[in-house]
Amino acid sequence: MKLLKLVPDHTNIHFLKWRVPFYLISVVLMAASWGLVLTKGLNLGVDFVGGQMIRVTFERSPEAPVGALRNEVAKLGYGEPIIQRYGKPNEISIRMKLPEGADHDASLSDKMARTITADVKKNHADARIDGVDSVSGKVSKELGWDAFKALGFAALAVAAYIWLRFEWQFGIGALLSLVHDVTLTLGLFAITQMEFDLNIVAALLTLIGYSLNDTIVVYDRIRENLKKFRKMPMPELLDLSVNETLARTIVTSLSMLITLVALLLLGPDVIFGFTAAITLGIFVGTYSSIYMAAPILIWLKVNPKSFVPTETALEKQERLAREGV
Amino acid sequence: MLEFPRWKVIWLWALTLVCALAAVPSLTSMTNIQLPASLPQPRVNLGLDLAGGSHILLEADPSQVRQQRIEGMDESVRGKLKTAQIRISDISNNNGVLTFLVEDVTKVDAVREAILPLTNGAGLTGKRDWTITVVDGNRFVLTPTQEGVDQAVSQAMDTAVEVVRKRIDALGTKEPTIIRQGANRIVVQVPGLQDPQQLKNLLGQTAKLEFKLVDTTALPSDVARGIAPVGSEIVPYADAREGTAPAIAVKRLGGIRGDELTNAQQTNNQQTNEPVVNITFNTEGGAKFAKLTTQNVGKPFAIILDGKVLSAPNINEPILGGSAVISGRFTTESANALAISLRSGALPVDLKVVEERTVGPDLGADSIRKGMIAMGVGTLALAVFILVTYGRFGVYACLALVLNVLMILGIMGIVGTTLTLPGIAGFVLTIGAAVDANVLINERIREERHRGRRVVAAVEMGYKEASRAIFDANITNVIAAALMFAFGSGPVKGFAVVLLIGIATSVFTAVTLTRLWVAQWLRRARPADLNL
Repeated sequence: MKLLKLVPDHTNIHFLKWRVPFYLISVVLMAASWGLVLTKGLNLGVDFVGGQMIRVTFERSPEAPVGALRNEVAKLGYGEPIIQRYGKPNEISIRMKLPEGADHDASLSDKMARTITADVKKNHADARIDGVDSVSGKVSKELGWDAFKALGFAALAVAAYIWLRFEWQFGIGALLSLVHDVTLTLGLFAITQMEFDLNIVAALLTLIGYSLNDTIVVYDRIRENLKKFRKMPMPELLDLSVNETLARTIVTSLSMLITLVALLLLGPDVIFGFTAAITLGIFVGTYSSIYMAAPILIWLKVNPKSFVPTETALEKQERLAREGV
Repeated sequence: MLEFPRWKVIWLWALTLVCALAAVPSLTSMTNIQLPASLPQPRVNLGLDLAGGSHILLEADPSQVRQQRIEGMDESVRGKLKTAQIRISDISNNNGVLTFLVEDVTKVDAVREAILPLTNGAGLTGKRDWTITVVDGNRFVLTPTQEGVDQAVSQAMDTAVEVVRKRIDALGTKEPTIIRQGANRIVVQVPGLQDPQQLKNLLGQTAKLEFKLVDTTALPSDVARGIAPVGSEIVPYADAREGTAPAIAVKRLGGIRGDELTNAQQTNNQQTNEPVVNITFNTEGGAKFAKLTTQNVGKPFAIILDGKVLSAPNINEPILGGSAVISGRFTTESANALAISLRSGALPVDLKVVEERTVGPDLGADSIRKGMIAMGVGTLALAVFILVTYGRFGVYACLALVLNVLMILGIMGIVGTTLTLPGIAGFVLTIGAAVDANVLINERIREERHRGRRVVAAVEMGYKEASRAIFDANITNVIAAALMFAFGSGPVKGFAVVLLIGIATSVFTAVTLTRLWVAQWLRRARPADLNL
């Protein structure tokens, strides 16, 4: 049987030739992402800001009556709702701030949920209530802080491990590409104003996992080649390493894309945003391994000496014996 | 790398089969196939976000426990010094401390002696639960220590979990999860529960029942302004109506608590057909109740629930039978809820709902069905891709992938973890890592063949060289997952658990098992070339 070969043997693409422009683009994109996050802000879900979210599906309508709903809910006297589509056009979420005093008396937020769901059901016969989430301000602060802590500590520990196994420059490179991936994803969420909740944090973690995996595969080959080709200039060596791992990069990315596209097209709507974020992560992660993680090694002056195997006592004895001392 | 002694082969297969077979109950639970009940059936539970149900996070206020301790100490000190016949005055339990004056200055040491046994060591902290200081010569100040309060909160929460469990069991819901979280929180998860209102009503009720004598000397005008005669306190009615008094004065002491019950049932009043709660005291409680009613025939007494008066009937005759009827404008539901709460005992501390999530069942069932189809199609497409790319080695990779999925499910079932939406993300990531491991190995074997190595040497080098990157990548993920598990909450934790299990099984199936199969094939077929 003739096997499929997507990447020809012995490719020699000069990836690193474009490192400066690509780096500049990345830096600009990262700055733009931060700018967007700071000015436009993330559309934080109730997980992070507290409040109440009611999810509704309009079973017999092709599209949810967002405008009508906004008016109806606003009339109930609990303030302006934030109404958003998620998944299909007939699925929406209604987000409300918790009523005054709900921190002390949970029955107030209960009453609000009952009033709103009853009203929606009364006005729309085909409305199906899919869920109600109420998160108090205190708990939402903790959830946000916990997620941030988990992400931060995990990133630092991973960088420390890579430093240990490779060299400090590699640790910084990996950390940088992590920051790059997370920043761009946050930027995307700021532009599209898709809801950012705890499940998206899990997607972010998956993305980081892929990206790290990619970075380490490239780094492993760089480490190997540094030992093999002591005299090769760094840009050339990095190009060689990226080219040697190119077939693997393409096959692995395609494998993941196949499963993810199946999930995107056929999977449940609740995980659409989540799968979309991971799919994007495959591209961003692959890119950052080649253009963020690798070039930084040139600028941080990694050289083959870092990887000369240190002599063991036995080897030293043998060498001295050979040299006839 | 390619040597596998017989014992190792047997051991590897045994481990694989045990873990993979453990996945069978989880898989059949989604179909109609019934497994014989005699077999052990570890099963992966689906999280509420997938299966539908209610999640409620309850929180207690530690300052309430602190105040309770101060009030309890107040009573104990009064009782103790009364028996010791030492007069004290100006007792105050406000401002987070208990203070009082000893009138006879020479008795200060005697007082200290008397109240010292009322304090205890605070658990294993090596500290006392109270500090006793004397200021201005004869003013005692008793302050609860943080250690003492922490310990009391911890005990109160343990009791609260038990009470919550009893109340939820009384509702007859299936498989509720009730876990204490942190110092002062309880998580309640009830799969399939659609309307948590009844549940919340039950949990929101502390159910502290008291019977106190009404202070008939209090002037209605004083009561209306919230002024109580000495030794009495003002308690509001649970359902203050227009035209009637909104509150009533009751005597602080001389009442009894309604916590010594053996039973509580919702029934209907025979005359009015109004829902009421019938309570039965235990022997001790019955005796106290009989004494109270015998000594106060003709006087009114107040039935107080959670600091609100339900009703204040006259005691027409001594009640000696050990049972009583509580009426108070109940509906059948609220009377039933009160009966359940009284049966399960009072909560030692008020619980407040701070987070609540409900997921509808349609959404859950639909999600699972679509998720299964998507996973099936995705896996099939992936398998085809891997097969046309790597041929025989692709077959091994696919087989490893199938076993990997089964082993993850099996281990999750054995450990008893719950699969949530973020857990699926972890699943996708580990499958990615497993595929990547095989891709790395196979690409490396290809490379080594191109460099002119012979078949066995190329395979051996392929596994050896690729293992380094696989090892580093997976250790990195383990580190990340462990920290996420330690610091994250909810979804982040759910992700981390699946990732941890998945990394272990991915490396095992994608590296160790495929190496075994390749080694056995090489030995059997002795190929001169590899189609790779």
